[in-house]
Amino acid sequence: MASTIIFYCLAAIILICALLAVTTKRIMRAATYLLFVLFGTAGLYFLMGYTFLGAVQVMVYAGGVVVLYIFALMLTGRKDVKDNEKASIAKKMAAVCASLGAAAILLFVMLTHKFINDGGLLSAPAEPTGEQATSITQIGQMMVDAGHNGYLLPFEAVSVLLLACIVGGLLIARKR
Amino acid sequence: MYNFKIVTDWFHSLLTGVMPEWLAIGIECLIVLLFIILLYATLAIVLIYMERKVCAFFQCRIGPNRVGKWGLLQVFADVFKMLTKEIIKMRQSDRLLHDLAPYFVLVASFLTFACLPWHEGVQILDFNIGVFFFIAVSGIGVVGILLAGWASRSKYPIIGAMRSGAQLVSYELSIGMTMLTMIILCGTMQLSEIVNQQAELGWNIFRGHIPAVLAFLIYMVAGNAECNRGPFDLPEAESELTAGYHTEYSGMGFGFFYLAEYLNLFICAAMAATIFFGGWAPLHIVGLDGFNAVMDYIPGFVWFFGKTFFIVFLLMWIRWTFPRLRIDQLLSLEWKYLMPISMINIVLMALVVTLGLTL
Repeated sequence: MASTIIFYCLAAIILICALLAVTTKRIMRAATYLLFVLFGTAGLYFLMGYTFLGAVQVMVYAGGVVVLYIFALMLTGRKDVKDNEKASIAKKMAAVCASLGAAAILLFVMLTHKFINDGGLLSAPAEPTGEQATSITQIGQMMVDAGHNGYLLPFEAVSVLLLACIVGGLLIARKR
Repeated sequence: MYNFKIVTDWFHSLLTGVMPEWLAIGIECLIVLLFIILLYATLAIVLIYMERKVCAFFQCRIGPNRVGKWGLLQVFADVFKMLTKEIIKMRQSDRLLHDLAPYFVLVASFLTFACLPWHEGVQILDFNIGVFFFIAVSGIGVVGILLAGWASRSKYPIIGAMRSGAQLVSYELSIGMTMLTMIILCGTMQLSEIVNQQAELGWNIFRGHIPAVLAFLIYMVAGNAECNRGPFDLPEAESELTAGYHTEYSGMGFGFFYLAEYLNLFICAAMAATIFFGGWAPLHIVGLDGFNAVMDYIPGFVWFFGKTFFIVFLLMWIRWTFPRLRIDQLLSLEWKYLMPISMINIVLMALVVTLGLTL
């Protein structure tokens, strides 16, 4: 019961903030609303008992991505105070295509996925079970496991990607 | 030692006896919220008074001594003054974000505050990823500071916010690294487990000897920078930037930043006490059984507050002793010295733990 109430509160926050993020005219406000959406998602993870995933969500998105956005917006000028310029037709078309594509993919995944608690849209979500949640020890061992279900290769691939980013950043920032 | 969990369990069963569980949990959440807010406000008042007195004594002054005995009511008077101040609205600012920004800083501070283990069984948030959650939610504060600077639409707040953002993001790395060092020693991220372990085996700073002391020193420097306190108080360097990112705030908007700053000092010190000095765990010396028995009679929260306020005093001592750094010195201190040292320290700690050299 309690988790159902909290779930609907979080869902409402996520939906409203997502709508506000795309309808607001000011870009910094959009970044802030996006942050609330990401917090709501983290809240959903905590509700399901995936504390690690929730903390990663807060750390990576609140501490990383949104701070990066805000830094970039602060550094790239303040033209956005009253941004009334009309978007060109090509931009509008691209926006419509992107949103339609994203909607199609999301609907496809949602309609074909077999949800465990399949009692229609208005049924209560499953109660959180703390014991079933993956422990940090398991996650750590899977991350460096080269065996059948291990994640060593993707883990190393991501670190190569990060290294490439660092080298690229140094190349841009280097003083000649 | 008395485990406080008996009391909370008794209260929970009392409530669930007369009402459904979700209502009982709701009421318990409200009580916990009230408890946090009260403790938060009380500690802020104590810390502000302590800061003013300690600062005064370091500068050979007397400090507040007119309002009440030894100036004890000075902070209350300041709070009332702040509550009655006019809230200034600026034409060019983004009102929504301007009003919202202090709450980000405050929420980050509240969430980290809730992670602290006060006593055996007295802990509000206790996950199996406690330390990681602590680091993650402390990152929310940066967003608030950046938004405060941006939404004020004035040059000093923007410079202050940029400096603060760069400083907080950099020094978070050192905090994370030193905490990782201690997690290697403990083998767990759960804060209650970390303290329980230290109550049994001795404080981490003795168990981990050289790497633990190194980690503690790095943590003190980085923690001081995370709290935006001198010698790292560049974001609000009053002689250059008037007040940094909160220049344009008046009344309680400024009050919230001020409150969060002092509580962050407390949280930083309390975390140091928890992961290095054993939280509520009493001091035990191997071989002196009589001494250990006497130490066990002192309740855990007294130990916790004693250690925390000792570290708070150390941080204040540093603040009022050293002159302010320049921004490039500040960033090179982190990236060229503290980061490499803490990385080597992690390897050292891993070696110490795997070779079984812990005390």
